[in-house]
Amino acid sequence: MGLLSDPNRRKALTGLLTRLNTPICIVCYLAGIVWFMGLAFEPFTLRTYMSENAMGSTMVEERFSSGERALSLAKEFDPPSACCGLNGMPVEWLVKAMQSRGLEVFTQSFSRKLPFPDENKERYMVRGTNVYGILRAPRAPRTEALVITAPCSPGNTNNQAVALLLALAQYFRNQIYWAKDIIFLVNEHDLIGTQAWLEGYHHTNITGMEYSPLQGRAGSIQAALSLELSSDVITSLDLVLEGLNGQLPNLDLANLFYAFCQKLGVLCTIQGKLQRNDWDTAEGYTHAAQTMMLMVLKQACGRSWGDHGLFLRYHIEAASVRGINSFRHYKTDATTIGRLLEGMVRKLNNLLERLHQSYFFYLLPSLSRFVSIGYYMPAFGLLAVILLLRALDLWVHLGAPALAAVDGVTEPSSPGVLTVLTPVVISHLTGVALYLLPVHLQEMAVEHFPVSETEAVVLTAIAIYTAGLALPHNTQRLLSGEGTEQGWKVLKLTALLYLAVLLGCTALINFSLGFILAVTLVPITASITPHMPKALYAVVMVLLSPAFTILYCVFIYQELIEAPVSVSEGWMLFLSVISQGILDHALYGSLVYPLLALFIYPCWLMFWNILFWN
Amino acid sequence: MELREFINFPGLTFPGLKITLLKPDIFFKQWYSWYSKIHSSHLESPLEVFHNHVYRLGIPDSHIVLMLADDMACNYRNPKPATVFSHKNMELNVYGDDVEVDYRGYEVTVENFLRVLTGRLPPSTPRSKRLLSDDRSNILIYLTGHGGNGFLKFQDSEEISNMELADAFEQMWQKRRYNELLFIIDTCQGASMYERFYSPNLMALASSQVGEDSLSHQPDLGIGVHLMDKYTFYLLEFLEEVHPASQANMNDLFKVCPQSQCVSTPGHRTDLFQRDPGSVLITDFFGSVRKVEITKDTINLTSPVEPPIKRSGSSDIQIESLTYVDQLPVAEIIHQKPKQKDWHPPDGFILGLWTLILLVFFQTYGIKHLKHIF
Repeated sequence: MGLLSDPNRRKALTGLLTRLNTPICIVCYLAGIVWFMGLAFEPFTLRTYMSENAMGSTMVEERFSSGERALSLAKEFDPPSACCGLNGMPVEWLVKAMQSRGLEVFTQSFSRKLPFPDENKERYMVRGTNVYGILRAPRAPRTEALVITAPCSPGNTNNQAVALLLALAQYFRNQIYWAKDIIFLVNEHDLIGTQAWLEGYHHTNITGMEYSPLQGRAGSIQAALSLELSSDVITSLDLVLEGLNGQLPNLDLANLFYAFCQKLGVLCTIQGKLQRNDWDTAEGYTHAAQTMMLMVLKQACGRSWGDHGLFLRYHIEAASVRGINSFRHYKTDATTIGRLLEGMVRKLNNLLERLHQSYFFYLLPSLSRFVSIGYYMPAFGLLAVILLLRALDLWVHLGAPALAAVDGVTEPSSPGVLTVLTPVVISHLTGVALYLLPVHLQEMAVEHFPVSETEAVVLTAIAIYTAGLALPHNTQRLLSGEGTEQGWKVLKLTALLYLAVLLGCTALINFSLGFILAVTLVPITASITPHMPKALYAVVMVLLSPAFTILYCVFIYQELIEAPVSVSEGWMLFLSVISQGILDHALYGSLVYPLLALFIYPCWLMFWNILFWN
Repeated sequence: MELREFINFPGLTFPGLKITLLKPDIFFKQWYSWYSKIHSSHLESPLEVFHNHVYRLGIPDSHIVLMLADDMACNYRNPKPATVFSHKNMELNVYGDDVEVDYRGYEVTVENFLRVLTGRLPPSTPRSKRLLSDDRSNILIYLTGHGGNGFLKFQDSEEISNMELADAFEQMWQKRRYNELLFIIDTCQGASMYERFYSPNLMALASSQVGEDSLSHQPDLGIGVHLMDKYTFYLLEFLEEVHPASQANMNDLFKVCPQSQCVSTPGHRTDLFQRDPGSVLITDFFGSVRKVEITKDTINLTSPVEPPIKRSGSSDIQIESLTYVDQLPVAEIIHQKPKQKDWHPPDGFILGLWTLILLVFFQTYGIKHLKHIF
């Protein structure tokens, strides 16, 4: 007989499972954490390499030389009178500049009313204009395009990038080897402008933005680069890869950037950190681990960390290049940056297909080393296995009392699905309330309390979150299976499987989010029973709940970027993170806030119900 | 040898003025050399340079079948359109004015290549796309691209295996489509492609052994791609010194690009070849060299050619008359009579449709109504 159909063997297996359950779970958890931390250890990582054959191993000779002209143009773009801050973007100046360089220029106006004012960027009713010029390929049909974008927003004019864009446009116009059209986009109000442009380009409307339709179009976009230069003098270039919902561009784009950095001798960083060569020392390892943790945290929060992030949703590989002035001795001039961009665009021009040869899911402990999905997924798998083992254990226990009930005890057999349904429904309704009410009730909150709209939204969210903690006491009366051992076991079984499915699906799409939630949720949910000391366990559960996970992540992030904050500042940051999360969801369709509010929080509430089962 | 003796030499036939020779050391040689090149998926294009050498040595374009999968000259990324250079100094435009590409782009497939070799082409295929060789032709085949152990890549989606190639050559041998065939391949692990040959009169050269990669020679920084493979580069350098009257033989060709220059070890195979490689001239394959001796004597062709002497006592053995395969059935193309259309029974779709109509008919009117009809 087979292993599982032979009753003797099955009993032996299940006996083994129930006896060794806790030790195995603890070992798996520790193994998962150790595996994750070990990912940054250099011998376990692979060196990055260019996978796409068409991008080749040889480099073109870049001939761009008008970097200084670009800088002087930048000063023209940014006089105090025509600055972005007062009159918005100097649209006419840009249109004229692009037209004089031989591009086909078009503008797009857009407007969006945010659900509540954004205190970080100080905007509520956003109205702006995108300006873009298309450089048509002289001989090619207009089927493919590349995009180079320089965001221009009121606080940060980014004029050097815009001027470099114009200088590049003039240089590119004189070449005949372009096989794709090149679109030079200057977007206003950074992400909102990019979203409006992309929606107009692809004829979609997923976020409720109002925009004028695009007059000119260039074919399907193969790749995009976003450039942000904050000053005339640049000492290093930072590469930003994390996009919306933790999506990453193809690793070949990062490899391309790194290859050109090496060729031109430009200092390149990722997560703002330089490369180190001493991987066998403790500092070297911590440096790599810190870089990787920063990437994990940035990916987990699901927002787009550069203008490129919104392109990824349309399967356009995009990356942001940020120029940083860190007052080093060795400076990079604008001509070199122009050459870097020229080289990258020429290599992208050589592509015959979209970038697809290299990895789409990876973690970068440094620019020259990467961890692919095959290596980091087992860390999450080990944590998910704990949930499944616990569920299996409960299943065995639930099946066993059927044998003990033959001695005439008139216990009702397993309570059935209905008793489980009540806590599930109530938890999910609370989750729906957490999702909908903060934004909808902000006017009422502002009337009754002396807070601004943003604070009202955030505080309402926290209030609903805390109110959910009181649910078990109030809903016990509605439960019919109260008091039974079976009741909470069935609920825990359902909740464990539900959590396993949730975390699994999340980890597939956004590994970092799934892993961070698993690290905090799995220990408490696997070990929770109503028979534990309630007060202690309640505190532990609250401290490991999703909201506190976000708080810890905020503190860890600030530590990692070497700007540690005090508790009160951390708290303010935490509130702003919540408001940004809600805004990201409303403006760009980020899924982190709905996931946490509608699924993770109700799941956690179900476990909270189990704790207070009586 | 006098011309009279020559004409009376047994075994000569004169149909259509093609001279069939049974002994190889007659001074009057008329070789039709065929040169078929396939350029699968490399961005380099050494074959145009080959084309120049082969052209120079006497093979006309009508005897060259050129298959190019990538259009480099007219690619949008070419900074100098309609030109292809073999060296980064850009001294020689190998694309020129007179390159005739017979199979281009997506027409370069394994099927088309094998059809060209075996001659199984549809009647409408033009002459320029056919290999119109016969059993006195020497054929040179040059392949380059990406390959591996036992295969050559076509177009990113197909491969031709060494077994397929060996079988194609055997078909060619059985259909008498070649006299001798020289096969040159410049890919990674190229030697694996000639391992399986089993037809006679085949000689093969490869740029690398099994397990080795063939490397590119030099990059062009203007475009960002490599121009040519090492083996081909040195092969072409060798061919520069070959002129129509040169006596260089195959042994010299085997010495081209030793490991010190090429990093990979070139290989060759001569066991199927019936002549000694040292006696085979390069121009036998790469050029169309005709040795002509001019004589001022006149010859009187008065007596008809005597029929071949019948062997005695074997009247029941039929000597079948040899005919050439009708490679270009012109009669079929030009004087096509309208074919009688045979009557076919209706196929599934029509049957199904009629069944449906009948079913609906009976459904509506019911079986019992039928008796009113009948």
